[in-house]
Amino acid sequence: MRIGVVTFPGSLDDGDARRAVRLAGAEPVALWHADADLHGVDAVVLPGGFSYGDYLRCGAIASFAPVMTEVVAAAGRGVPVLGICNGFQVLCESHLLPGALVRNEAQKFICTDQRLLVENADTAWTSALTAGTEITVPLKNGEGGFVADTETLDRLEGEGRVVFRYVGPNPNGSLRGIAGITNERGNVVGLMPHPEHAVEEGFGPTTDGLALFTSVLTAGLAAVGA
Amino acid sequence: MGRVVIDVMPKPEILDPQGKAVVGALPRLGFDAFTGVRQGKRFELEVAGEVTPEVLAQARAAAETLLSNPVIEDVVSVRDAGAGEVASA
Repeated sequence: MRIGVVTFPGSLDDGDARRAVRLAGAEPVALWHADADLHGVDAVVLPGGFSYGDYLRCGAIASFAPVMTEVVAAAGRGVPVLGICNGFQVLCESHLLPGALVRNEAQKFICTDQRLLVENADTAWTSALTAGTEITVPLKNGEGGFVADTETLDRLEGEGRVVFRYVGPNPNGSLRGIAGITNERGNVVGLMPHPEHAVEEGFGPTTDGLALFTSVLTAGLAAVGA
Repeated sequence: MGRVVIDVMPKPEILDPQGKAVVGALPRLGFDAFTGVRQGKRFELEVAGEVTPEVLAQARAAAETLLSNPVIEDVVSVRDAGAGEVASA
């Protein structure tokens, strides 16, 4: 299976995302923001970082990059798309996921090992996890507060589309402690914490993050074939 | 050369941590009259010619699609800067 990782100007975690893909047993494919071509990959990861320097709004300018036209079209066909941190912000700005990410409530950049409750293990990126269990992966962001109107929040909760929720004190003011969500189909997942930094023994707090990248090995091929 | 000015503000119901930080700093400098601050954005769009109704319409569309995110922000005003400057000069 080939998994594309998009590099935008200012992406930081594209290297770690490709490493996570490799450790999960898939072939990482580097994709370029200005290239309106997914090169036939079976799934796409939008990595963390500060695309376009976070100018205008986090992820806003990246969401109009040529490659995103293809990512949005692919997501519509059911191709799995994972947005991590800045990638989550890009997914929200692209309207692939509802809501938006705003500056942390405490106005501080966070860098910590974060416990998360897995609430939805039926998405393309979480099928190797178990709902109701906890994972711990790094969280590092300045603008990670998830916001949406009450109606949207109720719909996300009602439809089981909250994928991850923060455990313990709310780190960034995200409404209802939401750390990650999915679209209706379950092929697009966005989260602020960084599973790609927790995939190898000796590097990062756990290897819990690897499950997201192994999950897609089965889900992705099914979606593309559909 | 014409100029269109666009003001974008965080929606009232969205917490504005930047404004909160500013309002916390004001009394430390003796500015004690202010109970709240909200921080927004001002964009100045330059055009080669005059600001025509077509230019304003395009600016409004840009404000709604790129310059603001309707989930968290409101476009407060889109106006011809030249018109305002003449009036206040």
